[in-house]
Amino acid sequence: MKLLYHIGRYFILMGILLRRPEKASMYRRKIVVEMDLLGLESLGIVAIISVFMGAVVTIQTAFNTDHPLLPIYAVGFATRQAIILEFSPTIISLILAGKVGSRIASEIGTMRVTEQIDALEIMGVNAAGYLILPKIIASMIINPALVVISIFLGIFGGWMVSAATGVVSLHNYIYSILFEFSSYDVMYAIIKTVVFAFIIASVSGYFGFYTRGSALEVGNASTKAVVFSSIYIILFNLILTQLLLI
Amino acid sequence: MIRVENVWKSFDEQPVLKDISLTFERGKTNLIIGKSGSGKNVLMKCLVGLLEADRGRIVYGDLDFSAMGYRQRRVIRKELGMLFQGAALFDSMSVTDNVMFPLSMFTTMSRKEKEMRAAFCLERVNLHGADHLQPSELSGGMKKRVAIARAISISPKYLFCDEPNSGLDPPTAILIDKLISEITEEFNITTVVNTHDMNSVMEIGDKVVYIYLGELWWVGSRHEILHTGNKELNDFVYATELMRTLKK
Ligand SMILES: Nc1ncnc2c1ncn2[C@@H]1O[C@H](COP(=O)(O)OP(=O)(O)OP(=O)(O)O)[C@@H](O)[C@H]1O
Ligand SMILES: [Mg+2]
Repeated sequence: MKLLYHIGRYFILMGILLRRPEKASMYRRKIVVEMDLLGLESLGIVAIISVFMGAVVTIQTAFNTDHPLLPIYAVGFATRQAIILEFSPTIISLILAGKVGSRIASEIGTMRVTEQIDALEIMGVNAAGYLILPKIIASMIINPALVVISIFLGIFGGWMVSAATGVVSLHNYIYSILFEFSSYDVMYAIIKTVVFAFIIASVSGYFGFYTRGSALEVGNASTKAVVFSSIYIILFNLILTQLLLI
Repeated sequence: MIRVENVWKSFDEQPVLKDISLTFERGKTNLIIGKSGSGKNVLMKCLVGLLEADRGRIVYGDLDFSAMGYRQRRVIRKELGMLFQGAALFDSMSVTDNVMFPLSMFTTMSRKEKEMRAAFCLERVNLHGADHLQPSELSGGMKKRVAIARAISISPKYLFCDEPNSGLDPPTAILIDKLISEITEEFNITTVVNTHDMNSVMEIGDKVVYIYLGELWWVGSRHEILHTGNKELNDFVYATELMRTLKK
C-alpha cells in the first residue's frame, strides 16, 4: 500500500515537473550550474574507481582464464566487454546514486524544512520544476559523459596492470581490446546510463521534495534516496539488459 | 483587501479552523494573534494557498482565490510577498541575488535595473554593505531584513509575515515590527502578521484578530484590546507579569 502511494505520488510529481517553466532562461542557467555540481565534482571518484576496477578485472580474468583452450585475446576481450557492458554503466551509476543522490535529496530536503520551497511556491515559481528538472536534465547529459570517461579509464587500468605485472603481454592486451569491437555496445552503455541518470535524479528529487518535519528527516530522505535509486537501477538494469541485448 | 469567508480546515477529522470570517484591510497592519496551537499558521497557509481550506472562500480584492487553478493564481502570487519565520533565504545565493530572484523570475528587467531595485529594497530595510554576503554569514535580524527586502522587491500588494520578530532581542524585534508597519503604509500594502508577541500588538496592531482554539474570538484595534471584557482574550493579553503590572 505504502509503495503504491509513493509510486502514485512520484508520477504526479513527474507531471508537475513538466509544467511550462516560468522563465526558460532561469532553468537553462540552473542546468549549467547543476552539470558542474553534479557532474564535474564526481569526476575524481569516477576516475579513481574506474582505473582500479579495470586493473582488478584484468587480473581476475587473467587468472581465471588460464587455460590452453582459450584464445590469447580472451583476457582483454572479457575485460573490455565487462567494463563497457556492466561495470561502467551500472557500477558507476550506483556510485553516482550514492554521491549525487544523497546530495540532491539533502539539498532539496533542507530547502523544504527551512521553508525555502514554500517561499518559491508563494512567489508563483513551480518549485518542483525549478529544483528537480534541471538536476534531471543535467544528470542525463553529464552521466553518460562520465561513463564514457570511465570506460576509457577502466581499459587504461587494465593496460597499466598488464604493463606493471605482465599478467597479459601489452601487445596481446591491445590486440584483444580492439578485437571485434562493436560500437553498439557503447551505445547500449550510454542508453542504460541515461535511464539510470533519470532514476537517480528523479527518485532523489522526489524524496527530498517530500521531506516532512525537521533536519533529522533530511538525513532520512537522503538515505532513502540512495537506497531506492540503487534498487531501481539494479531492477532497470535487468529489464534493459533483456530488452537491449536480445 | 483580503476577505476570508467561512473558512474551515481539518486535519484527520480534527477541526483546526472553524468557520473563520474576517477581512484584512489595505494599508493596514493586520495582526493574527492567539495561543500556540490555535491555528494561526494554518490560517495563514490557507490564505496564501500553501494549504487548501476544506470549505469557505478566500477573496483577494475581487478575485476569488479559492476558486482559481494553479495557472490563474499566478496573477495573485505576483502581488504577494511573504516573510517566513526562519527567513527562508535561498542559501545558495548571495543577499543581492536573493532580493533579485523574484525580479529575475518574473520580470524582463535588465541586470542593471534589477541591481538598482535590489539596492533600493536593501536600503529601505536599512541594510548597508551586506550585498555580497551569503545568508549563512548574516545574523538573525539581518536575515529577516533581507527577507523583507526580497518580499517587497516585486512591489507586492499583499505582505504576509510569520512571527517576524521571533528569536530576536527586544530592540531588534521592535525595529523589524516598525519596518513592516512603515512599509505597509508607505506602499499601501495589505499586511497580515501572525504573532503571539504583545509588544508587536501594542506597537503596530492596526487591526487585531484573536483566534482561540480555531475560532475567531475577537476583532479590534490595539487601543481596544487592553479594555476588553473578553475572558479568553484577557488571559492572553495579561499572561505576563509585565502586562499585569502595567494594568495596575
Ligand atoms: N500539516 C498538518 N497536519 C496535521 N496537523 C496540523 C498540520 N499543521 C498544523 N496542524 C495542527 O493544527 C493546529 C494549529 O497549528 P498552527 O501551526 O496553526 O498553530 P499556531 O497557532 O501557529 O501555533 P504557534 O504559535 O505555536 O506557532 C495544531 O494543533 C497542529 O498540530
Ligand atoms: Mg505558528
